[in-house]
Amino acid sequence: MKRRSKTATAPREGASQSRTGWRDRLRSWFLHHRLSAVDSLRRLLTSPFSSLLTWMVIGIALALPVGMAVALDNARSLSSGWDSPAQVSLFLRSEMSSEAARRLEEVVRQREDVAATRFVSREDALKEFQQLSGFADVLRHLDDNPLPNLIVVSPSAARLSAESARTLQTELAAQPGVERAILDMEWVQRLNSLMQLSRCLVTALGALLALGVLLVIGNTIRLAIENRREEIVIIKLVGGSDAFVRRPFLYTGLWYGLGGALISWAAVSLTLWWLRQPLSALALLYQSNFSLQGLGPVGGLQLLALGGSLGLFGAWLAVARHLKAIQPG
Amino acid sequence: MITFDRVSKRYPEGHDALREVSFSIKPDEMVFVTGHSGAGKSTLLKLIMLIERPSRGQIIVNGQNLKGLNARKTPQLRRDIGVVFQNHQLLFDRSIFDNVALPLLIAGYQHREIGRRVRAALDKVGLLERERDMPVTLSGGEQQRVGIARAVVNKPRLLLADEPTGNLDPALSAEIMQLFAHFNQVGVTVLVASHDLALISRMPHRIITLRGGRLITGTGEG
Repeated sequence: MKRRSKTATAPREGASQSRTGWRDRLRSWFLHHRLSAVDSLRRLLTSPFSSLLTWMVIGIALALPVGMAVALDNARSLSSGWDSPAQVSLFLRSEMSSEAARRLEEVVRQREDVAATRFVSREDALKEFQQLSGFADVLRHLDDNPLPNLIVVSPSAARLSAESARTLQTELAAQPGVERAILDMEWVQRLNSLMQLSRCLVTALGALLALGVLLVIGNTIRLAIENRREEIVIIKLVGGSDAFVRRPFLYTGLWYGLGGALISWAAVSLTLWWLRQPLSALALLYQSNFSLQGLGPVGGLQLLALGGSLGLFGAWLAVARHLKAIQPG
Repeated sequence: MITFDRVSKRYPEGHDALREVSFSIKPDEMVFVTGHSGAGKSTLLKLIMLIERPSRGQIIVNGQNLKGLNARKTPQLRRDIGVVFQNHQLLFDRSIFDNVALPLLIAGYQHREIGRRVRAALDKVGLLERERDMPVTLSGGEQQRVGIARAVVNKPRLLLADEPTGNLDPALSAEIMQLFAHFNQVGVTVLVASHDLALISRMPHRIITLRGGRLITGTGEG
């Protein structure tokens, strides 16, 4: 190791040499990175069948959780439209007269935690039901109107939270003449917690499959290292550092990860495209203009980044574990 | 250039490959190491290359005490030493040019500089026209010359060779030795391990003889 003088009398040539030396080293570092990247990709492409097989395994393992996450996102965007303010429906006892019901409505409306009320008499309810259900003929033959009077209560803005809406529900249920008080928010909450559970499941599944991808890549790199054992020994003999030996294998891992991510992107997009037609037909039947959202460019790039880092990390694990063991001797 | 001071090497299985070996090699010198197989020639070269570590004693190569060199600094030491192996150790999936360029790539030379130096090295061993060919298309002697070109391409001050003529006929062997002598004349320190006494005794260089891990002749003090 040469010592470099820092004094002003140091020969100019020496100083400029050290500068170009630093630059040269950086440039040659980039050169070797480029060579390793190109060479490792070329190696993968010279055995296209086995490489494609590995890419497919990684692609499918990534496509499963990614596809489910996309489906969940769609379900959430669909259900967010239903996240309407809570309502409490008060079904009144059938023996209660319409006048008494009106009086009760007035009492409820006076409460400070109630914003508005709407009275639906049993006759109106029957009419509405006849129109909407398509059972008009059947209902006309009934002697008796089976529907109760109904008061629909909207809580005031301050009481919209699930907690206070539930308090309101219990208090209203205790009113005389009220058969049942039903909080309409419940099913939305159920749906939300169901979706939260699904999200946890998808995350767990995703973590498991990511671990699988890591192991697949690690094992593939381990085999590549075994196949090139002789080359590694020679490179170490002529002075190659660990980083120099490591580099092509890390790039191999990166290519595996990126290729797998590309395949999973294609698989998810293809599946969504295939589902789009029947789904929009179904949505039309429900008078909804719902349309399926895909991964999008940002999601796709995130997927590529995920695949690339999994590949790099898997390769790193294999390299750290196996390269040390290969020494000339 | 190389100093061995009472160096012993015992392998883990209990075999004593070298016992109390001391010698020194001056810069610009060319020295042969000889002895029967198992006498310790290869172990001696492996100790210089830091492929093995001595059990006792100290080794100084190129002014560096090898005891102080850890695994991180080993590559740098090896870059300053050109090595030729008996079985050539070429990469058979790469062209002759790429094989010779390997040490330059590791040392971080620029593209243009690599081309210039590789061609100069191939020219010296007489294989310039074959640079695009693959090693399998070469004869044993030619493969060895590629190995030599790779060993000298980085212009090392020390050149080691382990039985470089082991698989070659006498005429080719003499040719290879002449090549080493030529590099020695331009200032490279050369250490060749060879059991071919008939050949090396005809050359005007010091011979270190090992027997059962002990040094018999050729200490070369001073």
